[in-house]
Amino acid sequence: MVLSELDRELIAEIQGGLPLVARPYAAIANRLGMTEETLMARLRELQSDGLIKRMGVVVKHRALGYQANAMVVWDIPDEDVERVGALLAAETCVTLCYQRPRRLPQWPYNLFCMIHGRERNAVLRRLAQIVEFHGLQQLPHSVLFSGRSFKQRGAHYVAREDSLPRSAHG
Amino acid sequence: MSITNIKTRADDTAAALDAPASLTPLEKCLLNEYQRGFPVCAEPFAEIAAQQDVPEAQVIATLASLQQRGLISRVGPVFAPLRAGASTLAALSVTGDRLPAVADMVSRYDEVNHNYEREHHYNLWFVVTAADEAGVQGVLEDIEMRTGLAVLDLPLEQSFYIDLGFPLWC
Repeated sequence: MVLSELDRELIAEIQGGLPLVARPYAAIANRLGMTEETLMARLRELQSDGLIKRMGVVVKHRALGYQANAMVVWDIPDEDVERVGALLAAETCVTLCYQRPRRLPQWPYNLFCMIHGRERNAVLRRLAQIVEFHGLQQLPHSVLFSGRSFKQRGAHYVAREDSLPRSAHG
Repeated sequence: MSITNIKTRADDTAAALDAPASLTPLEKCLLNEYQRGFPVCAEPFAEIAAQQDVPEAQVIATLASLQQRGLISRVGPVFAPLRAGASTLAALSVTGDRLPAVADMVSRYDEVNHNYEREHHYNLWFVVTAADEAGVQGVLEDIEMRTGLAVLDLPLEQSFYIDLGFPLWC
């Protein structure tokens, strides 16, 4: 999908979040010089096109007590990776599920997923449930818990520094 | 997106975790039930208020409070990853005493936006994003030259993940 210049302005205005006022879309539409109805129609289109994956509350899981995070990497036969990838992606505590290349002999894993939990044992229990429920016992996998974070910077979707509260992306 | 009653996820069998006691029922509801499907209508907070049978002002004040306390980053759209540009997930295997210095060196690249430790033989993981593939490879080669370490280069091949929000107390 090609974004128009107006789309880029719309995204720049809205990517930091809706204003918490009674008519948030009207407030944003007003800044863009368009009608509230036009803005809402375009947002619905961007949702159905898949550019907007969801609309809603974006939680900070670490602040809410989900401190443990493990990257679980799997060595899945190539012909089975679609099936297992879809199963893992549908698990509610799995965030992110990607296929990446093996780099043999150093790196035999081709499927990556992230599991969050309140603490390490909760993550391991959740993983054990997933393995058992889906019968993945025969598939080699490894669990990489996160340690220190040296740098974390959210990427802005479109650059327009002057209109964005930095703290919303930190 | 409808929730089916068919048990297709291991998570469905998991015992419920207790919510943090400090959260009110309305806070828990807003955190869990409105990560997707946020209304795109003129008065979305009034619609949520009607659904939950509370005053609109209370919905707005509660969301503002959650944001102010750092438990949510925003209310609004979550965008699909940009398809423009090139990126990769990269890893280095660094001996413990060198890790802080190497991590610091990696973090200094503008092209690196996440850089963190993981518990593994490959213990430093980072995401490199650039305008094109040559830009990504240039950063990886530079890091290899400066550290004398071989970089594991794991670009995305396929995403299975559908972002439905992060389930709390699941």
